[in-house]
Amino acid sequence: MSKKITIEPVTRVEGHGKVTILMDDKLNVTQSRLHIVEFRGFERFVQGRPYWEAPVLVQRLCGICPVSHHLAAAKALDVIVGAGTGKGLTPTGEKMRRLMHYGQFFQSHALHFFHLSAPDFLFGIDGDPAIRNIIGIALTNPSLAVQGVMMRKFGQEIIRATAGKKIHGTGAIPGGINKSLSQAEVDEFLKGADPLNADKMVAWAQEALDFFKSYYHANKDFIDGFAHFPSNHLSLVRDDGALDLYHGRLRAVDAEGKRILNDIDYQEYTNYIEEEVRHWSYMKFPYLKHLGKEKGWYRVGPLARLNTCDFIPSPLAQAEFEQYKALTGGKPNNYCLHMHYARLIETLHAAEVIRDLLNDPDIMGDNLVTKGTKQAEGVGLVEAPRGTLFHHYRINEDDQIVMANLIVSTTNNNEPMNRSVNQVANKIMTGKEVITEGMMNAVEVAIRAYDPCLSCATHALGKMPLEITLVNERNEVIDRKLKH
Amino acid sequence: MSKPVIATTSLAGCFGCHMSILDIDERILQLIELVEFNKSPVDDIKTFTKPVDIGIIEGGCCNSENVEVLRSFRKNCKILISLGECAIMGGLPAMRNGIPVEECIEEAYVNGPTVQLNKERILPNDDELPMLLDRVYPCHEIVKIDYFLPGCPPRADLIWEALVALITGNPLKLPYEVVKFD
Ligand code: SF4
Repeated sequence: MSKKITIEPVTRVEGHGKVTILMDDKLNVTQSRLHIVEFRGFERFVQGRPYWEAPVLVQRLCGICPVSHHLAAAKALDVIVGAGTGKGLTPTGEKMRRLMHYGQFFQSHALHFFHLSAPDFLFGIDGDPAIRNIIGIALTNPSLAVQGVMMRKFGQEIIRATAGKKIHGTGAIPGGINKSLSQAEVDEFLKGADPLNADKMVAWAQEALDFFKSYYHANKDFIDGFAHFPSNHLSLVRDDGALDLYHGRLRAVDAEGKRILNDIDYQEYTNYIEEEVRHWSYMKFPYLKHLGKEKGWYRVGPLARLNTCDFIPSPLAQAEFEQYKALTGGKPNNYCLHMHYARLIETLHAAEVIRDLLNDPDIMGDNLVTKGTKQAEGVGLVEAPRGTLFHHYRINEDDQIVMANLIVSTTNNNEPMNRSVNQVANKIMTGKEVITEGMMNAVEVAIRAYDPCLSCATHALGKMPLEITLVNERNEVIDRKLKH
Repeated sequence: MSKPVIATTSLAGCFGCHMSILDIDERILQLIELVEFNKSPVDDIKTFTKPVDIGIIEGGCCNSENVEVLRSFRKNCKILISLGECAIMGGLPAMRNGIPVEECIEEAYVNGPTVQLNKERILPNDDELPMLLDRVYPCHEIVKIDYFLPGCPPRADLIWEALVALITGNPLKLPYEVVKFD
């Protein structure tokens, strides 16, 4: 008998997502889909609002990484107020925003690793679901739980100091920033009581990375064999090819490392990127126009960034990057679970950058805002923790927004997440009469590797709740399983 | 006495309110001692397995599924709290109220600068997707809500103080500084 397996809800943050898997009567997987089931309509309802509201409005789409939306919108508005991109801001303006952004990376990556992924590694993918969550970690390995909580706290405190609030702050304004740091604030972050200081955070980031590396070496077959497929990779890179999370040019490489988008100016992104709409999901499917829908889809996020960039501009992370690149002979890395490895290298990099910025006197400067000649249109991109984030606005002569277009990081990963689900479902469910909780969790592990923003929510505190319903061809429910 | 049972959910919200709960930082370890979690992202319990003392709701209702989840929370929880602006009055998602839903869909999937090639006008309409409501509803227009904690998101200290007061039965003393509306 053929059946349909529904995994619901998989995720949250732009709302719920769910997975449906169809199997034919020979128990072959014939279709698998990750559906995004909620819709907000931001592009339309922001029309008519004054442009300077955008950075504070738009972050309320996502409370998991609001700083990324805040900054992408602010960067688009930098162009609109005539401050230009990148070096157009004052040194204090740019460095304060960078500090805010790298603080966000640090807290978001720590949250994802400790609260979300570590339970799968510590307790096993098919470990007891009752303890396979952050509470299980708190009970069995309290020092690791404390480390996760305090690393996230440090990142959140950086955000509060730069943006005024830990969640949905107001630090970035069109053309700059509305405050800089005081000596006392800088001292607090550099010399704060253990563990809340920058040196400790660098050390802890290194420890988390070492923890993962030793896990990897002990479980190489599992990690390498889990889900992998060739894909294109896209991200911003600095002018000299370095990893840069705040600003750069848009580069894409194929699975072999060949450049397929050669460091373009992202103000022209519409010449290169298009989105496909599919009727079964509210999330669109972006692709590179010149390669078409079939060949042009790509991955974004930590894995993609370490595939596109030439080097990492901080010494400890660069040393780790060299080891990591050696695993694939310098070629792009296409292993899904290596995303965790890449994410932890970035966490270490973020900690180093935070420490450097805190030691830079510009961070206490008082020249905060750049002014220029007003433009009608602007595009702002940042590398959000989960990947490249696009914001694009057009205004009228009354300063009202008349057009807004967003491509959020997780949307960029829509096709690869669907491919990962399909690969895992095919591999572990084909021929199986009985679908176990461990099999469902394996599908989640594949999605979770992307740290999708639609789901970091539910994951943030544990794992995703799942419901599996088996339906026959006539759509009659024949079995229903809840996972507790 | 057994520990009070807590459940939480996020409807049409951004999950920032849940993140603000996490911002109680080290006190999370205390909270785990003080209460037991039932249906919540914390522990992955999908349906209520026992009567719940305190239900915490983030977000208003923008689709049929949100309404179902909210009603099941009312049925299973003694006390319901609307946490944050979205639950209390719809918040940012309610900015679409007053605009026909079709216009929002049209803008996102047909008019936008990166969907110019969607000439066949494919729109999300699969049976697997829940129905969008005509507008976004605050929670108290759908079910009775007992307490409202303002903020976008409410401050972590506000959440902590309110929970401890409810759990211990002590009167709630909220210093002026922790009650914020932005
Ligand atoms: S109230 Fe604010 S923080 Fe809470 S869900 Fe709504 S937008 Fe997010």
